[in-house]
Amino acid sequence: MKPSIKFLLPTVAIALLAGCASSVKLDETPVETRTPNSANAGATGTGAPKSQVANVDLAAQNAAQIGKVVYFDYDSYVVKDEFRAVVEGNAKLLNSDRKKHVVVEGHTDERGGREYNLALGQKRAEAVVKSLTLLGVQDSQLEAVSYGKERPSVSGTGEAVWAKNRRAELRER
Amino acid sequence: MKTRSQQSPLTGGLARLSRRSVIALPLAAAVPFARAQFRVEIAGVGATQLPIAVTRFRDEERAAQPVGAIVRADLERSGLFRNLDTAGVALDETSQPNMSDWRSRGADALVSGSATRLADGRYDVRYRLWDVVKGRDVGGQSYAVSAADLRLAAHQIADQVYEKLTGEKGVFSTRIAYVTKAGPRYTLWVTDADGEGAQSALQSSEPIISPAWSPDGRELAYVSFESRKAVVYVQDVGTGKRRSVANFRGSNSAPAFSPDGKQLAVTLSRDGISQLYLMGRDGENVHRLTTSSSIDTEATWTPDGRSIYFVSDRGGSPQIYRISAAGGNPERVTFNGSYNISPAISPDGKQMAYITRDGGAFKLQLMDLAGGSSRGLTETSDDESPSFAPNGRLIIYATRDGGRDVLMTTTPDGKIKTRLVSTTADVREPVWGPYGR
Repeated sequence: MKPSIKFLLPTVAIALLAGCASSVKLDETPVETRTPNSANAGATGTGAPKSQVANVDLAAQNAAQIGKVVYFDYDSYVVKDEFRAVVEGNAKLLNSDRKKHVVVEGHTDERGGREYNLALGQKRAEAVVKSLTLLGVQDSQLEAVSYGKERPSVSGTGEAVWAKNRRAELRER
Repeated sequence: MKTRSQQSPLTGGLARLSRRSVIALPLAAAVPFARAQFRVEIAGVGATQLPIAVTRFRDEERAAQPVGAIVRADLERSGLFRNLDTAGVALDETSQPNMSDWRSRGADALVSGSATRLADGRYDVRYRLWDVVKGRDVGGQSYAVSAADLRLAAHQIADQVYEKLTGEKGVFSTRIAYVTKAGPRYTLWVTDADGEGAQSALQSSEPIISPAWSPDGRELAYVSFESRKAVVYVQDVGTGKRRSVANFRGSNSAPAFSPDGKQLAVTLSRDGISQLYLMGRDGENVHRLTTSSSIDTEATWTPDGRSIYFVSDRGGSPQIYRISAAGGNPERVTFNGSYNISPAISPDGKQMAYITRDGGAFKLQLMDLAGGSSRGLTETSDDESPSFAPNGRLIIYATRDGGRDVLMTTTPDGKIKTRLVSTTADVREPVWGPYGR
């Protein structure tokens, strides 16, 4: 399965891209684009260069699918098992490119003092950083910072809201 | 339950009920009439109030500020004075008021004066204070000030009257810094102690927290997130010139100037977890003060500069500790409750205001540091960031009331409260400046 997708996807993508400029017969539906370019595709050289190769970066596609948020229980700094994939996915990305840098931003819910919450958020961010370094990410690629309670992702009160705000966000720098 | 048992008799039972009803009426009534951004309303009454007559200052209607009215409001707000009606009275500092007249009106003291515009555009503000009971002139003073400093002159007159009549220094001419959030906009404000005349010192679209005054009142340290992380800045209030003093890897926060102004205590996470550090006022000579594997933050100096109170969760929950400014082993200060934060030490070093969590509520408490007993000072449940006035007679704090963040002041006995009403923004992080500006 995997190899076939890997090899198929670029082919389809190239075909699709090419289709934009030339009349590749992907289907027989009468979609006529009567622009001079498409009519004379390839003949005048005003269309896509024939040497063009469209690149599809599966790593980038995967990266976009990797979660960037880890949520925490109340008064906890433990990275829960359900966010293992988030940490591992990001570790893989960072390990594949040592030039990549990520800032881990810790956040808390709205309850309690601003400075104490800043320290709590920092502790959450540090916990994620530690998990990443245990998977081989270099210290120099990471910085743990905190917004405390200053930047809730959801406004309002109540446990449902608070649970969404107790988090660490990974942001590429 | 624990906190209730700690409360003094003054805050319990009938006193609590009657105060609540007293608070509700004037505060609710005041809101529609608030024309300035801030308006101070008083609730609760001191045990003894000195009856005082402050007349309109001659020519004050032609000055940019109503000097006599500002003096009158300052004195009333302290809770120690009761203003008598002086409508229609024409006196100034050169008058020879009839003392028996004022005695029969019930006045113990009389203040009058003038605000005369000078040829150069400045104002000559003068006042005189009479002890009506003893029937004598207690003295006066004159100030030549620019229009921008008219409020300051009025506050200084109120300070002098207050000091001559109570024997204690007044704080009317001091300033308060605080932060507002209006939509996505954060603003650091500096205002007169009556909440009027606010001027913005910093505006940002990123959070600003934890302002702290330098002991000479000229600089403010604060935490700004403008570079997408917490960095400590120090800003000259008069010129706006600012410098970053702590911008290490991780978070930099909770600045506190030492009483001599030479050092800053800060919280840094550069070594992995939030710990206390000391540094010079420009960020030089950074050295670590606490060495725990827990959160240590919110440093505040004792007035003698020898000790630092701070918050640590080394015992499993956030509690307040004290450490020598020279380092060593901290000792725990709070033992009741599972969440005690934001310590502020009174100017005489004898009391500590702080915030305790009681169920889901966050309450302002005052601890007698010698005996260790604490009592609650408020009826609100989202109290934050207490800070003492430099004479120790008032504590300012942020809380939530009527769905808004507001700033309140309270006397240390909890009896008299004033509210700085916000009409447009959420207000937080108040910190009372020192004497002088």
